[in-house]
Amino acid sequence: MIGVRQRFTPLQRLLHWLMAVCILAMLFIGVGMVSTVMPKYLTLVSIHKPLGIAILVLALIRLGVRLRYGAPALPADLPEPMKLAAQLSHYALYVLMIGMPLLGWGMLSAAAYPVVLFGGVYLPAILPQSDSLHTLLWNAHFYFAFVFFALVLLHVAAALFQALVRRDGVFEAMAPVSTHHEVALAE
Amino acid sequence: MAQPSQSPRRSTFGSLVLIALVIGAGAAAFAYTAGWFSPQRLTPEKMVAALAPPTGVALGHRRNHAKGICFTGVFEANGAGSALSKAQVFTRGQYPVLGRFNLGTADPNAPDATVRVRGMGLQIATPDEQLWRSAMIDPPFFAVSTPQAFYELLLASASKDPDAMKTFAGAHPEIAAFGAWAKSAPWTGSYAEERFNSLNSFVFADSSGAEKTVRWSLLPAAQPVPISQDDLAKRGPDFLEQEITERVRGGPQRWTMVVTVANPGDPTADPSKAWPEDRRTVEVGTLTVQQIEPDRDGPCRDINFDPTVLPSGMRTSDDPFPAARSAAYAKSYDLRTAEAKDYPRTATDAKP
Repeated sequence: MIGVRQRFTPLQRLLHWLMAVCILAMLFIGVGMVSTVMPKYLTLVSIHKPLGIAILVLALIRLGVRLRYGAPALPADLPEPMKLAAQLSHYALYVLMIGMPLLGWGMLSAAAYPVVLFGGVYLPAILPQSDSLHTLLWNAHFYFAFVFFALVLLHVAAALFQALVRRDGVFEAMAPVSTHHEVALAE
Repeated sequence: MAQPSQSPRRSTFGSLVLIALVIGAGAAAFAYTAGWFSPQRLTPEKMVAALAPPTGVALGHRRNHAKGICFTGVFEANGAGSALSKAQVFTRGQYPVLGRFNLGTADPNAPDATVRVRGMGLQIATPDEQLWRSAMIDPPFFAVSTPQAFYELLLASASKDPDAMKTFAGAHPEIAAFGAWAKSAPWTGSYAEERFNSLNSFVFADSSGAEKTVRWSLLPAAQPVPISQDDLAKRGPDFLEQEITERVRGGPQRWTMVVTVANPGDPTADPSKAWPEDRRTVEVGTLTVQQIEPDRDGPCRDINFDPTVLPSGMRTSDDPFPAARSAAYAKSYDLRTAEAKDYPRTATDAKP
């Protein structure tokens, strides 16, 4: 099956676009909340934590689905450096989707903050209290957020390049709905 | 190239421009959200930087209320608070407490008699694994009405312009009441004789979901003994820490926690306005301080007494301060935990 399919499975496409919205929202909320002392700070923080855990759960499901169903092959004529870039950036995106929530959760744990999801629902601490661990994880969470956003921009640029310039069917493989172009390719 | 034979619907150049625009707009929106185009935005960094004393930041220490000492003890709820909030902390019982007596200064070496405001950080833990953190101070109302005004007050106090404070007071007349309190309120010679007030308002919800806006205070069991500022100075720069250590060694010290309920129309959003004296109050329990430990090694050292860490049954109100405090305290915490080597845990680790 793998390599024959032109498109990702509907479940994979659903997870991709759902997570795209969540991750973009998450990055903007994160960078916005640390820039203000206004009451919206608390609102943003209260969204950031449960949304981060939601992304972690979705990313783990997505990883499982990906391992089960694989991905359509990249176009055979895609230059090797672009293939390598595509593969590495996707590994990096998976690492960040799973790693960023864990870094955030660990950072809060190391600072002895309660990790509130909503209402009275708390997550347990995953690390002991430690100023050095907190600093390490805080820095990682902070800087990887910018790396994450840069990768998202790169991902969008590459997707648009493939959709608009190369028109090689890679964008259509993940497009939320079937497009005329994809039908044409499938013929 | 792939499918070069397909007739392009738009030119490659046009497509590349479109892609550049999309990516540029995304990056710009991100930068805008981060405040990089908004130099006037009051960020946690700015608030924390404005707290720095003229002598410079004390690395490794809290950016405000830097001088303090840890304590542990218990909070014994009498059950009366359950009428106001469903939080387990008000169910009759004893709950472990971690706290910190402190002085409202950014200088951890400030002599006691030079600091007008005294505070208490408090954390009560309940078996449902929820935490209630609070950071209270001894004035009966806060100096200013808004976080922005507090920031401007910090700038004015640090300003070299001799008229800066006068200008500030003109724009923020509420500071006058605080100034009068600072001048006339008696000093005491012990943390144990201080009344500590939340000043900020919060919303309590009972088990039926009914909400009330409240403030709370800890009333000392010890009788306050007034002392002049000069006499306090003569007792030594760190007298308060020595005194509370001795005092608690001699016997636990107690405070009664009293919750005050706002009437409709009371200024819940403005901690510089005290509520009228006749408001309903509920005694909810007793705080007992049983042991004093040094700040440097004590259990309070790496605790951020963020006043928005609240159990379910409590939430923030329309008072804008808890959010601003939470944001600024987090910044302070991030900075000082990264500077731990500048404030070694044991005195013997200290740099020569």
